[in-house]
Amino acid sequence: MGKVLAWVDDRFPLTKMMREHLTEYYAPKNFNFWYYFGSLALLVLVLQIVTGIFLTMHYQPSAEQAFASVEYIMRDVEWGWLIRYMHSTGASMFFVVVYLHMFRALLYGSYKKPRELIWIFGVLILLVLMGEAFMGYLLPWGQMSYWGAQVIISLFSTIPWIGPELAQWIRGDYVISGATLNRFFALHVIAMPLILLGLVVAHILALHEVGSNNPDGVDIKKHKDENGKPKDGIRFHPYYTVKDLVGVAVFFIVFFTIVFYMPTMGGYFIEPPNFKPADPLSTPAHIAPVWYFTPFYSILRSVPSLYGSAFPGVIAMGLSIVLLFFLPWLDRTDNNPVKSTRYRSIWHKLLLASFVVALFVLGWLGTQPVTDLNQILGQTFTIVYFGFFLGIYLVSRFEKTKPVPERVTH
Amino acid sequence: MIKRIALIAAVLFPLSGFAAGGGPQGAYWEQPNVNLGNEASLQRGAQLFVNYCMACHTAKYHRWMHVSDDLDIPADVVEENLIWTTDESGKKHQVGTLMTNSMTTEYGEDAFGKAPPDLTLTARERGPGWIYNYLRTFYVEESSTTGVNNAVLAGASMPHVMWELQGFQRPVYSEDEHGDKHIESFELVQQGSMSPDEFDRAMNDLVNFMVYLGEPARMDRTAVGGWVLLFLVVFLGFAYVLKKEYWKDIH
Repeated sequence: MGKVLAWVDDRFPLTKMMREHLTEYYAPKNFNFWYYFGSLALLVLVLQIVTGIFLTMHYQPSAEQAFASVEYIMRDVEWGWLIRYMHSTGASMFFVVVYLHMFRALLYGSYKKPRELIWIFGVLILLVLMGEAFMGYLLPWGQMSYWGAQVIISLFSTIPWIGPELAQWIRGDYVISGATLNRFFALHVIAMPLILLGLVVAHILALHEVGSNNPDGVDIKKHKDENGKPKDGIRFHPYYTVKDLVGVAVFFIVFFTIVFYMPTMGGYFIEPPNFKPADPLSTPAHIAPVWYFTPFYSILRSVPSLYGSAFPGVIAMGLSIVLLFFLPWLDRTDNNPVKSTRYRSIWHKLLLASFVVALFVLGWLGTQPVTDLNQILGQTFTIVYFGFFLGIYLVSRFEKTKPVPERVTH
Repeated sequence: MIKRIALIAAVLFPLSGFAAGGGPQGAYWEQPNVNLGNEASLQRGAQLFVNYCMACHTAKYHRWMHVSDDLDIPADVVEENLIWTTDESGKKHQVGTLMTNSMTTEYGEDAFGKAPPDLTLTARERGPGWIYNYLRTFYVEESSTTGVNNAVLAGASMPHVMWELQGFQRPVYSEDEHGDKHIESFELVQQGSMSPDEFDRAMNDLVNFMVYLGEPARMDRTAVGGWVLLFLVVFLGFAYVLKKEYWKDIH
C-alpha cells in the first residue's frame, strides 16, 4: 500500500492534497450548529448528481413523452419512485441547506475581509443553483412546470428593445415548447452541473487559502503554537469529518422522513397542479413558483409597473440578488473590522432579524394570490429587504461594537 | 388546545389553497377515509372504476399488472373481468398493457364538448376530498344538457353516471347574511339501488382506489421508510459516540 501511494505521490500530489485540505487543514475548534450546512450542501450536491444520473436513464426529454416518462419512473422502474422523490426532495433541501449556510455567513460576518471572494463564489453558486432548479422544474412537463417557466422567461421580454427577441432566443420558440424542454434538459444535466462543480471547487479552495471564520469572528492564525499550528485550530480530519457525520445522520433522518412520508411536502416541494400534463391552451388560475423562489417573486410583484411595463419589478428582483455580491463592501470593514454578530451593536442584530422576517413574509406572500392587503405587505417587506443593505452600510459606519476576545470562546 | 395548535399550524402552513384543489367547500362537504391498507376496499374501488369510469376515462400511466400485484387480484381474473380493450388485431389486451379505453379523443370532444380527462393522477392533483364530494353531489337540474349539475364542479359536463346506484337528489339551500344561497345538504327524490350510506361507502372505495392509482408507491414507501429511519437512528447513535470519542481531548 505504502509503495503504491509513493508511486502515485511521485506523479500526482495525492498525499499533499489530502494534507492541505483534510488532515492538516486547521479549522477553529468552536464551530457550532450553523457550521454543519457547508458539508451538508456538498452532500446534497452529490445526492442530486447521483439520483439525477439514474433519472436520465429513464426520462425522455420531449414534449410528447416527458410527463409519461416521469410516471413510468414512478411506477414501472424498480425503485424509480424513491430515486425521483430523493431528487425532488433534494432540490428543495438544497435551498434549505444553502440558505441556512448563507445565514451563517451573515451571522458571523464570514463574507468580510479577507473572505470576500469566498462569498462571491458562494453567491455565484446560488445563482447557478437557481438556474439549475428552474430548468429542472420544467422537465416533468406538468402544468406548473410549463406555466412557471412561461412566466419567468417572459420576464426577459420586458427588457427594453431586445426583450422579446431575447425571450424567444431563450425559448427557441414563440412559446415554451418541446424545443425549450430539450435545451433546458441539456443545460440542466450538463452545463449547469459542470459550472456548479467548478464554482464549488473555487469556493472551497478560496476558503482553504484564507482559513475558516468562526462564531467569534476572531483570526485563529494570530495565536500559533511552537509548531506553527493555530492554538485554537483542530485538524479538519478526523475532528470535523466525524462531527459532520453526526450532522449527516440527523440531516438524513429529516430528509428521508420527507421522502417516505410527505414527498410533496403539502404542495410545497411538488405542487398539485404539476400532476396535470402541460397544456399550452389552459392557463392555471393561480401560478406560484416553488417556495425557494417566492421571496424574489414577491419582490417582482411588489414593484409597480412603469408605462405598462413590468421591467422595474424585474430590475428590483435582479437587484435583490445582485446586491448580495456587494455585501462585503456595504458592510464597511475598514471602519468596523468586527465580524461576528456576537460583538456587534443591537442595530446590527435588529437589521439581521428584520432581513430574516422580510424573507419569510415575502416567501409566504409569493405562494399567495395578489390581494390589496398582500400587495401592501409585499411592498412594505420589499422595502425592509432592501433596507437591510442600506442599513448595514450606515450602521457599519457608526456602530459601537463590543470588544472582541483574543481567542475563541466556547 | 389541539384546536389552537391546528389553527396556528393552519396560519403558518397555508396549504389549504393547494390541498383542496381550490374547490368550494360547502356545508355538505365530507372528508373520505383514505386507507390503502384496506385491500377489500381497493378491490371494490377497482371494480367500480372499471365499470363506471373507464368507458370514458383512462388511467393511461398505470398498468393492469400493477393493479393485479398491488391489490392481490390474480392476473387471469384481471384479464377476464377488468380488461375490455383489444389491440389492433382484435386480440384482448393482457395485464402488461396500460389502462386505456376505446374512446377516441375526437369522440370524447364531440360527445362532451371536452374529452374526458385521464384519471391516473386526479387524486394527486385535486385531492381525495374533492373527488369524494364531486362524486356524491350530482343533483337534478332540468335546464342542463345532462339533466344534472354538480355542487363541487358547477357546470360539469359529466353526466350522473352512478344514478342507478345513488338515485337522484335535489339540493337544500340555506341563505347567508348577504342573501346568497348555498347548498346545505341534499334530499333524495328517487331511490337508487344503494342506500345513502352504502353509496357513500362505495364512493369511499372508489376514492381509495384512485388514491392508490395516483401514487402506487404509497403502498410501499411508508413501510420501507420505517426501516430506513430505523437504520439512520442506529447510525446516528454510532456517529455520535464516534464523535464523542474523537473530541474527548478537545477543550
